[in-house]
Amino acid sequence: MIIFGDIILAISVRTWTFIIVGLTFALYLGVAIWARAGSTKDFYVAGGGVPPVLNGMATAADWMSAASFISMAGLISFMGYQGAQYLMGWTGGYVLLALLLAPYLRKFGKFTVPDFIGERYYSQTARLVAVICAIFVSFTYIVGQMKGVGIAFSRFLEVDFALGVMIGTGIVFFYAVLGGMKGITYTQVAQYCVLIFAYLVPAIFISIQMVGNPIPQLGFGGNLADGTPLLAKLDALHTDLGFKEYTTSHDGKVNLFFVTAALMLGTAGLPHVIVRFFTVPKVRDARKSAGWALVFIALLYTTAPAVAAFARTNMINTVSNKPYASMPSWFSNWENTKLLAWTDKDNDGNIKYVAGDAFIGKKPKFDEDGKRGSLGQLLVSNPDPNTKNELYVDRDIMVLANPEIAGLPAWVIALVVAGGLAAALSTAAGLLLVISTSISHDLFKNFLMPNITEKQELTYARITIGAAVMVAAYFGINPPGFVAQVVAWAFGLAAASFFPAILLGIFYKRMNMQGAVSGMIVGLVFTGAYIIYFKYLGGTKEQWLFGISPEGIGTLGMMLNFVVALLVSNFTPPPPQNIQDLVENIRIPRGATTPTNAH
Amino acid sequence: MSDNKMKEYWSKNLRYLSILLGVWFIVSYGCGILFADALNNIQIGGFKLGFWFAQQGAIYVFVVLIFVYVAWMNKLDKEYGVDED
Repeated sequence: MIIFGDIILAISVRTWTFIIVGLTFALYLGVAIWARAGSTKDFYVAGGGVPPVLNGMATAADWMSAASFISMAGLISFMGYQGAQYLMGWTGGYVLLALLLAPYLRKFGKFTVPDFIGERYYSQTARLVAVICAIFVSFTYIVGQMKGVGIAFSRFLEVDFALGVMIGTGIVFFYAVLGGMKGITYTQVAQYCVLIFAYLVPAIFISIQMVGNPIPQLGFGGNLADGTPLLAKLDALHTDLGFKEYTTSHDGKVNLFFVTAALMLGTAGLPHVIVRFFTVPKVRDARKSAGWALVFIALLYTTAPAVAAFARTNMINTVSNKPYASMPSWFSNWENTKLLAWTDKDNDGNIKYVAGDAFIGKKPKFDEDGKRGSLGQLLVSNPDPNTKNELYVDRDIMVLANPEIAGLPAWVIALVVAGGLAAALSTAAGLLLVISTSISHDLFKNFLMPNITEKQELTYARITIGAAVMVAAYFGINPPGFVAQVVAWAFGLAAASFFPAILLGIFYKRMNMQGAVSGMIVGLVFTGAYIIYFKYLGGTKEQWLFGISPEGIGTLGMMLNFVVALLVSNFTPPPPQNIQDLVENIRIPRGATTPTNAH
Repeated sequence: MSDNKMKEYWSKNLRYLSILLGVWFIVSYGCGILFADALNNIQIGGFKLGFWFAQQGAIYVFVVLIFVYVAWMNKLDKEYGVDED
């Protein structure tokens, strides 16, 4: 009977996953057909008529990627306090957006960030620099999403990784090509609902289970069944096992400061985030929309640290000094995906999980023939004899494994998979639109063939989005090396180039073409060179400038951009009168029109 | 709108921005990072205060800041007759 029960259980996680993922995909397609695009305005900015609350929801789904959903809580659970860089970094940028950029860009009333840069700085060169940056940043970002889709499919639906990527691509292709921004926006609203439900349900369950409080945000400050506060217990566990205390800082504050700032400034400068504020009817709505977006984002971002603390405590309690033979089935399931590995260094059959890398070079090298040890564990060839730690856990599996570790029902696990897919697909679609807009609108319409009709432009937009999906799918399956550094590249470049150029364009009337272009170039070259040197050419931590990591260097790049832009503009002639009038005009909300294609 | 009125509107806007961004900086970089160690000596429920700001509090304040900005600006727009109605 027990075996029979196990089979039912084993089948049902997979069956549940098929059912829930299938239903959500059907929902997205239905929404896409209902919200087809009829004009370029529909296609690029959803006709400029999306209500602020819905736009906020879509922005939140667009913003929260596979990384936010799948990886972030896992990262925090290993980083502890230091994980705040992601939490504050990826939310604080919305304050900058709402106060400094969104309302003015909405008043400006065009389709894209390069549109603004090109027009404000009356320069096709500036526009071209902006287009290239926008495409590069969005592309780096999207390949990571495709990879996330592949992982979710291959682990839970047990289909081939490449096939998983292609299924995901097919879905995005369908609704992005058909619906453009309008289809994408309304699909993202549906995807937000799926992903937030999928994130909150297991968090609430686990919070009730561990501390008896249904609100995870409060729960992780609560007491465990034995009366000790959860975080105090976690600190004690960490100290006992030789890890650093969970709730306090251990590294210098300088890097934390710079990384947090680069993530905030990058968020405010990312083209696929900014373009969301072109889709609302009024300037007033752009401000409000940013607020709603942050409400919806904060719901997940304040839950994530709770999930991290719960997962960390649960995992340590489940594995530490327990016999391998008594591990629940999730342990060997994840072992089979090679994202978890155990090696019995002291031959006692127990799992010793303490500070230090278990394996030489951090990641385990599994036996090529898949040989197993006497207890059934997959053999690993590179245990580090100088450390006592026997366990390797990939940070990315924490959110997906968390419901299993807590022993939650099968449908909850399936729900988490559907949520991860929703997060990856919604972000991918938003990015694809930016890429296709950059090519069809900024490159074709503004550079190569200015005389095409709106209908032709719409056709080109559909063709480029189709092509972009294919290219993204190809690189999702065969990721190029630079993609692993999404955070450094995308946020670093957005912070060092777009953010200062747009900000100065609005708040400093005297800023001219010469200043803005030289600022952007200095910011880009400095940040790019720093990332390349430390990420690809073997630069070491000891050589970091002021102790700033490549992930945080965008902040310094931004400062350089500001300094250079201000200096150069003060030694060169002011911008023409019509540009100064334009700046005056975007500073007040009255007279905002819906975005136009006119030039 | 006259040039003077416009200047006044803009400088009020800038004043709002500096207040709100000041708070933004203090809760995140101040309470969450620079003074986190000191604040950790204060315990609120099961949380050390510095840790709480870094992983929870700052985010709540961000949300509030945007809605305060929306309310202030809507009022200012009406006062100077530059709203969209």
